[in-house]
Amino acid sequence: MSIHPEVLRLLAFLLGIIGFVAMNAAYLVWLERKEAGHIQRRIGPKEVGPFGLLQPMADGLKLMTKQLIVPEGADAILFKLAPILVMTPAIMSFVTIPYGETLVPRNLDVGLLAVFAFASVNVLGLLLGAWGSRNKYAIISAARVVSQNVAYEIPMLVVVVTLVMITGTLNLQDIVIQQAGGFWHWNVFKLSASPLMPVAFIIFFICMLAETNRAPFDMAEAESELIAGAFTEYPGMGFGVFFMGEYANIVVGTSIATILFLGGWQCPFGLFPGVHWFMIKMYFLIFTVIWIRWTYPRTTFYGLLNLSWKILIPISFFNLILTSAMLKVF
Amino acid sequence: MIKYTQEIVSGTWSLIVGLAITIKYFFMPVVTLQYPHETLPMTPRYRGHIDLVFDEKLGGTKCIVCGSCQKACPSNCITVAGERPEGAKLKVLTQFTLDFTKCSLCGLCVESCAPGAIDFSKEYNLAGYKNEEFIFDLLKRLEAKKS
Repeated sequence: MSIHPEVLRLLAFLLGIIGFVAMNAAYLVWLERKEAGHIQRRIGPKEVGPFGLLQPMADGLKLMTKQLIVPEGADAILFKLAPILVMTPAIMSFVTIPYGETLVPRNLDVGLLAVFAFASVNVLGLLLGAWGSRNKYAIISAARVVSQNVAYEIPMLVVVVTLVMITGTLNLQDIVIQQAGGFWHWNVFKLSASPLMPVAFIIFFICMLAETNRAPFDMAEAESELIAGAFTEYPGMGFGVFFMGEYANIVVGTSIATILFLGGWQCPFGLFPGVHWFMIKMYFLIFTVIWIRWTYPRTTFYGLLNLSWKILIPISFFNLILTSAMLKVF
Repeated sequence: MIKYTQEIVSGTWSLIVGLAITIKYFFMPVVTLQYPHETLPMTPRYRGHIDLVFDEKLGGTKCIVCGSCQKACPSNCITVAGERPEGAKLKVLTQFTLDFTKCSLCGLCVESCAPGAIDFSKEYNLAGYKNEEFIFDLLKRLEAKKS
């Protein structure tokens, strides 16, 4: 009896992706705490293991040993389903992401579309979890998450449509291959297609922060007003899975930003492209995400919506029209 | 329209300034002291519990067992006792206990001490499970200091 190599390949990728997501979720917490510490001129975790490297393990063990309590009057099915609904689409998004020239689990022709389809399930998970936990803070948080995501999905998708008009493909691997040969070929510097490309990248990045509910847009879990928002009633690993889902979504968001704008696994100097360049760019963006969190205070909810509807959406639409005009003319 | 653009540009600039400040702090050395592993020298004016002064010339305490510290203490924390050995002119200190549970660190005992036999210690790592742990035998502490 022989096993088809395709089966083994998929199994290897499945294990690899789940391992990558779990390690990232664990060690991004460590990175976040370290970076926050140094920005505030502290050290951060240092006692558990060398440089506090075992801290995520200790935190995980502590969360796992806690009892999973379903609050009285809560919708037990939705309550238990919600963390999985946040985590699963994040893991599924990794299926189409090209890490290297040959390192891509499934090179879908509609890869970009698939990632955005999966990413929008994340909101549903948060909404159901908040609704199911029958808590007033959680419900306020759910309303905020939905209106925030509606507001920020528009500029994000308009930017992506602009980009797809330039590249002419939804295949993520093809988008990366088009950006080969030095950083001046990256989409973020493709000024011949649209002089507003760097602005488009910044809009995409801001929207990604808002989509993943990261500070300064973490209205969903505004501790000072809403306790922990959607996560208020979640004990132990229920909360832990939400937390891992949040970090997994950050990894997906930064990966997509890397692929769409920063040339994916291409080297900035056209030499030795490979998975290491993808990782360097992705982790630099993650570093920036954390850096932004520890620089800016949380915005107000009106500020958040005003930024999207009054600034990001008009600029992204202007960019769309400008790009289409330039594509037609040149 | 001009005001709108101006707001966006100045707002973005202020955000960049903020990021520059935090990244500068990120690369600066940390300022926190890792307390149980490292400590700073205590300032000379720190008031810990009182302690007997070790005198090099006498090879022991300067206490003459006058009992003025005991009298000066408003909370009666100090117990001093002494005896005169056969043929000696001065009394010798045999007991000096401080009940630190009642002490308010007012320093009246230190002020009242004419020979300057007691002073504030620099002890600040004080924690315990029982009341008795805070009744200090200062004479024993002096013996420990001697050796």
